[in-house]
Amino acid sequence: MTATITPPKPPEAAEPSLARRLLTTPTVGPLAALLLACVFFSFNSDQFLTGGNFSLIIQQVMVVGTLAIGQTLIILTAGIDLSNGAIMAFGGILMAKLAAEGTVPPLVAIALGLLVCAGFGAANGLLVTLVPLPPFIVTLGMLNVAFALTHIYSQDQTVTNLPAPLTALGETFSIGDTRVTYGSLLTILLFLLFAYLLGQTAWGKHVYALGNSPEVARLTGIRTGRLTVGVYTTAGFVYGIAALLLVSRTGVGDPQAGQTDNLDSITAVVLGGTSLFGGRGLVIGTLIGALIVGVFRNGLQLMGVASIYQTLITGILVILAVTVDQLSRRRIR
Amino acid sequence: MTDAPSAPTPPAETAPASPAGTAPTPPAETAPASPAGTASAPPAETARTPVLQARGLVKRYGHVTALDGVDFDLMAGEVLAVIGDNGAGKSSLIKALTGALQPDEGQIMLDGRPVRFRDPLDARRLGIETVYQDLAVAASLDIASNMFLGREARRPGFLGRVFRLLDHRRMREESARHMADLKIGLRSLTQPVESLSGGQRQGVAVARAVAWARHVVVMDEPTAALGVKESGQVLDMIRRVRDRGLPVVLISHNMPHVFEIADRIHVQRLGRRVAQIRPGEHSMAEVVAIMTGALQLDADEQAVVADKEAARAIGLT
Amino acid sequence: MSRSTRAAGALSACAIVATIALAGCGGGGDNAGQADAIKVGLITKTETNPFFVKMKIGAEAAAKADGAELMTAAGKFDGDNASQITAIENMVAAGVKGILITPSDSKAIVPAVQKARSAGVLVIALDSPTEPQEATDALFATDNFKAGELIGQYAKATMAGKPAKIATLDLAPGIAVGQLRHDGFLKGFGIQEGDPSVVCSQDTGGDQSKGQTAMENCLQKAPDINLVYTINEPAALGAYTALKAKGREKDVLIVSVDGGCVGTKAVQSGQIAATSQQYPLKMAEQGVKAVVDYGKSGTKVSGYTDTGVTLITDKPAGGVEAEDTEFGLQNCWG
Repeated sequence: MTATITPPKPPEAAEPSLARRLLTTPTVGPLAALLLACVFFSFNSDQFLTGGNFSLIIQQVMVVGTLAIGQTLIILTAGIDLSNGAIMAFGGILMAKLAAEGTVPPLVAIALGLLVCAGFGAANGLLVTLVPLPPFIVTLGMLNVAFALTHIYSQDQTVTNLPAPLTALGETFSIGDTRVTYGSLLTILLFLLFAYLLGQTAWGKHVYALGNSPEVARLTGIRTGRLTVGVYTTAGFVYGIAALLLVSRTGVGDPQAGQTDNLDSITAVVLGGTSLFGGRGLVIGTLIGALIVGVFRNGLQLMGVASIYQTLITGILVILAVTVDQLSRRRIR
Repeated sequence: MTDAPSAPTPPAETAPASPAGTAPTPPAETAPASPAGTASAPPAETARTPVLQARGLVKRYGHVTALDGVDFDLMAGEVLAVIGDNGAGKSSLIKALTGALQPDEGQIMLDGRPVRFRDPLDARRLGIETVYQDLAVAASLDIASNMFLGREARRPGFLGRVFRLLDHRRMREESARHMADLKIGLRSLTQPVESLSGGQRQGVAVARAVAWARHVVVMDEPTAALGVKESGQVLDMIRRVRDRGLPVVLISHNMPHVFEIADRIHVQRLGRRVAQIRPGEHSMAEVVAIMTGALQLDADEQAVVADKEAARAIGLT
Repeated sequence: MSRSTRAAGALSACAIVATIALAGCGGGGDNAGQADAIKVGLITKTETNPFFVKMKIGAEAAAKADGAELMTAAGKFDGDNASQITAIENMVAAGVKGILITPSDSKAIVPAVQKARSAGVLVIALDSPTEPQEATDALFATDNFKAGELIGQYAKATMAGKPAKIATLDLAPGIAVGQLRHDGFLKGFGIQEGDPSVVCSQDTGGDQSKGQTAMENCLQKAPDINLVYTINEPAALGAYTALKAKGREKDVLIVSVDGGCVGTKAVQSGQIAATSQQYPLKMAEQGVKAVVDYGKSGTKVSGYTDTGVTLITDKPAGGVEAEDTEFGLQNCWG
């Protein structure tokens, strides 16, 4: 850094240049990786570079991607959520069962599912804030609670014959020749919404400040407890949306769903360049991270590579992403 | 700016007091005219009524008594240094005065009126700004975001009210002005503060405190982590703050810095104030001796040897 | 700052290329030059269970023989419906003629199967049926009910009228294979669900250590258990370990289903009394062949094809038809 305190030169107040902002964004690496992977697969498979295939990839990442939005919020506060897949599974089975059995109208079932998921999130947040307990432990416990409740409530039966509102997000509309599901559109909109909230509102700044240091945040007058509970509750609500997306995608209520989605969502967040230490990262990076996983899975499948290699590559990429984060932090110190 | 008072979010609660929320001019210029401010009171009166005063503050943690009935007086327009050995209760005192902890007993008065701070936000609402040691800034946020952290400015009108859109441009412009006022030169306000040097970071923290303070600026060890040159720059900043009429409370271990800049020194020992000293009237060695309990001040403010062994040990006779 | 992110970008890019190259070497090497070959998809429940490994080997051999190209995928755990759906979609996008699938969730997979079929893909369930069974074009599977029935009959004959105290070490609730074997065993033994002679029922997930835990718990509950039905041989071996720890391994009869090589050896050494052997290789071979036929002639297979089940034991009893372990080891999988 060449800037020093003297001489007193008035700092620039104008918008920074686009190029500069790009270079200082932690999302550049993941984006480059995604584009490279796309180029690679385009050369290796005729079916890869089509609108239909990309629509498919987005469909395939929308559930984990949406879960990863909530995960991003929590990781930005230097927390972690192991319970999101299980919360989603419970929300999904609740919506499906209530609606399929006609206990309540389908839309009420959806609303209840969303509320229950938000409630799980709020419970996580309150335990993290009030007791206080480490997020890892709280959400590990909640993972088991939600998992068990899912199996108890569903009696391990897959729920079929869902009424139309629950599968509406799985319906498609056309952009040119490409059929896109409403769920994919909703997922993209959610990412944009949270990119806006995190980047353009005071709430977003506070989330980052909290992740940097809860003490700094508290001393600057941010009500950190309320903020933390808010973040976990918001995340829970987003898991509820993921539950609806899951139900609409699979067309059933599945008690076995989401068992690895907690780690998959963390994978997407980390691949997107967000720091597990909190306070650094972008939710758009998480979208890119989720797409990287989806593109590799799809591309390798199209090439005829066995799925175990996707797991191998994802593992390597995760380690790489964390290494890059760690190195860039060390350089700043 | 009508958006801030009507908005329900926590940061907006403080917004009416913010310079950004009340007027487009920087707070330094409005401070003397601000209704609650004492900086504009006549000199004769300010000499008698301390800006910030505490009487008999007590704070206990189990069997440990951190504050044991401490008094505190800060006069208008002065730099008051608070010194004391480790464990003397300096931080507890400062935390009590800035709302970061709540004393078990005792009273705090601002302009002679009793006040209670439930949290740092209360103290800030009343115009007391603090620069905390090591806890000054959010590392990954940029300078402007740090300057406005917790009291962000939103766009006027619909965008701000409904969409809660931040006014990045205004925050950057005002930050730039405040930084320039304190003669802190920076290449860009959009770089994260973790990329700044220690002195620059401290500069950001000081500029933030000064920008928002209407009554008192409290600085906890602002030079502790800095080199010689950067320390000098921070001391210059403190002088500039005082020259604008804002009283400064400076907590420091560094005696030369204290003697260089303080108008008065509050000596804290064993949870109490044991002396108030003008730097010109006592030597540095005497002050250290008072701090460690080797010397005491008698009723005429003359130093008296309290512990001959200790006094001899540090070279006083 | 910018330098480090740029370095990070470069580093990630390099690693991506490296990993892709790695993957290419590992799995995609022999696919070049087969652009016109009929593509067959095989989706198993998991990647690691020897049963599915054997199935994959059978499919690969059959694909090679028929000049077809095989694509494989699997769930991350038993019950991972989402991964199977994703695999179906990707295979349809890749232009497969047919998909062979061992459904992890017999009901939940149905909508995705229907989509694939409406895209003109032949879908054949292997090993376990979907619910309803007609959701796939065809089913190539062991008759799991019969597999259970065989060991039930065998157990009945071996007990020879002794009062039975039975423990059933089952799979997991809601999974058809486990239910069918369990029900078949009860029928073969000549009792109804809820019969008082069944003193303990525990889920094991087909896992050896869980099987051991389950058996330990059952012995706590009812120390005089003398007959153990197990969902598969790993669970059976877990049960054997638990019994041995109590010194009961000699006087308790363990029966099982699967016919894996490890399990068959355990029958040979007497740890397991008898097992119903099934033939994953055959399922896969016949499945690949059916898809290739469809690709060439357009004829679809339909209905249920029993790929056979054989009782393996060295101590035949009561006229229940059985083969010895020598036959079993020649035909075992895994």
